[in-house]
Amino acid sequence: MEGRPDTPQTSLDRIKERLAPPGVPTDDRSRARLVLDTLILHLHPARVPERTLRWTYTWGLGGLAAMLLTILIVTGVFLEANYTPAVPAAYLNIQNLQSNVWFGDLIRNIHHWSANLLILVVVLHLLRVFFTGAHRHPREVNWIFGIIMLLLVLAANFTGYLLPWDQLAYWAITVGTSVVSYIPVIGQSLGRLLLGGPEVAAPTLLNFYSLHISFIPLSLFALMSLHFWRVRKDGGLTIPRSIGDPEIEKPARVTTIPHLVSKEALNAIGWLSAIVLFSVFVSAPLEGIANPDVSPNPAKAPWYFLGLQELLLHFHPLVAAVVIPGIVLLGLFWLPFVDVTTDSVGVWFRSLRGRYLALMAAGLSLLLTSSWIVADLWVDWTTWFPSWPTLISNGLLPLGIVILVLVAVDRWVKTGLGATTESRILFMFTFLFVSLVVLTVVGIFFRGPGMELFWPWAMPEVHP
Amino acid sequence: MTDTPNNPVTRRRFLRLAWGAIGGLATLEVGGILFAYLQPRLAEGEFGGVIDAGFVDDFPPASVTHIVNGRFYLTRFTDGGFVALYQRCTHLGCAVPWDQTTSMFICPCHNSQFTDTGEVLNPPAPRPLDLFAVRFTDDHVLVDTSTPIARDVFDQSQVVYP
Repeated sequence: MEGRPDTPQTSLDRIKERLAPPGVPTDDRSRARLVLDTLILHLHPARVPERTLRWTYTWGLGGLAAMLLTILIVTGVFLEANYTPAVPAAYLNIQNLQSNVWFGDLIRNIHHWSANLLILVVVLHLLRVFFTGAHRHPREVNWIFGIIMLLLVLAANFTGYLLPWDQLAYWAITVGTSVVSYIPVIGQSLGRLLLGGPEVAAPTLLNFYSLHISFIPLSLFALMSLHFWRVRKDGGLTIPRSIGDPEIEKPARVTTIPHLVSKEALNAIGWLSAIVLFSVFVSAPLEGIANPDVSPNPAKAPWYFLGLQELLLHFHPLVAAVVIPGIVLLGLFWLPFVDVTTDSVGVWFRSLRGRYLALMAAGLSLLLTSSWIVADLWVDWTTWFPSWPTLISNGLLPLGIVILVLVAVDRWVKTGLGATTESRILFMFTFLFVSLVVLTVVGIFFRGPGMELFWPWAMPEVHP
Repeated sequence: MTDTPNNPVTRRRFLRLAWGAIGGLATLEVGGILFAYLQPRLAEGEFGGVIDAGFVDDFPPASVTHIVNGRFYLTRFTDGGFVALYQRCTHLGCAVPWDQTTSMFICPCHNSQFTDTGEVLNPPAPRPLDLFAVRFTDDHVLVDTSTPIARDVFDQSQVVYP
């Protein structure tokens, strides 16, 4: 062959040539760099606007979520080596993992805490995106991918919660899946399908296990790739601005390597060490083996669903578990198509006025939600209207009152404070999010035996 | 060929409709197969199958007995009739223990209370405890735990006599 004087002779030579074709640097260090840089530039553009590197804009939350997913997949694969999704083998496996397997407890702890942290991180990421207006045109579709991924993260956590097969897992999943049966028409059969029977049992464990290790992580990984790709398609991150700054036409750019990559690496290393250190000292909970005949008192769902469980104490299950979450989800999907002003993109809380409004919404929500929870101690709709179906007396009626209050608040923000549509959406979003936080905190810390209200420092000891 | 009043369906549109119909049919088929495939797997003699609760005469009138492996309570009334009550609370699925001193089922989770017939004394439970079908063979009480029977009220027709 002419023109290629040093044609490789053996197959090994050909492999070597393919791995390092002409033009590739010959020293090891430069070659390693080339491979790494190509990979990084596959994900990131070559140059990024300098301002988007500002730490207090993104807080590194998206990258942290991606890193946590990676940790979860790696530790998950390791955990599978010591786990059988059967009753009672699952529980005995986890006990064995904790006591007999080298670093078994550490790997389980890392998996457990990363999974819980991931929920916090994706919620904070959603807040960051909303409060800087990054969900707006042209990024609407990526916002929707984000919401779907939030649901998948919750599903991953929820299915994983059952796998240790201890009392905590069994009853949390029992309470959590019972709400499915309240979906009109299809609820009962959907519940049976999900559980593989009328209640949480060995078939449920198998169902959840297979969802947990295949369908959910695969979907998450696919959507994550799509999410990254769309960030670039939509023109990269939104560019942070201070209040009153004009929109920047041609922002100053810096090269991704090393400016962005070094920050990402620092973020990843910092969090990774924090998670490992935390997992060395704090163990994931493991209670006694699941006993389907004895419910602990109180029986609580996983912490991220306790806001929902708190709603169940105040509304008919159809309203609490189906209608309200349905409306909220629909609202989240709808949001970027209603919240359309793009003038304030990149400014935290839209404007100075927006910051005051958000603060006011948070304060008002804190006050109203907590006093509503306490006031409900004296409200007993079913006794007051004994002849009405409970769906109306304890469901639609209080829901109607809550909606009326929300509409009244919105009217007041609009006419009383003269807020624009943009600010009204900001106000309502903040209000509802703080409500969810209050409900969740009450569910985690203030509910004791019989789901009665207690001060966290005066919580009675429970002996199941 | 284009759409005309005489020829409302062109070849193109016909093919599109046909593909749509076949696609829809295939989706239904696959959905049906998966639904059937994922149906609960049940076994005779353990929970989910038919449970032999014991001899009829072992249950004195006016008693409530917990059949642990069947996950239900067998109530025998003073007139000799039986009902089998699924122990799962109709609110959020907790296991409801029978409280002998107050003669009530009291749920530890949200304090729902039920009578020995399963009727709700105290919400949030939205409906009475579910029933399992009871039948009698050779003086044995057999309870079919495969399908909990939901009901809105208790009535006499739910009581089964040996």
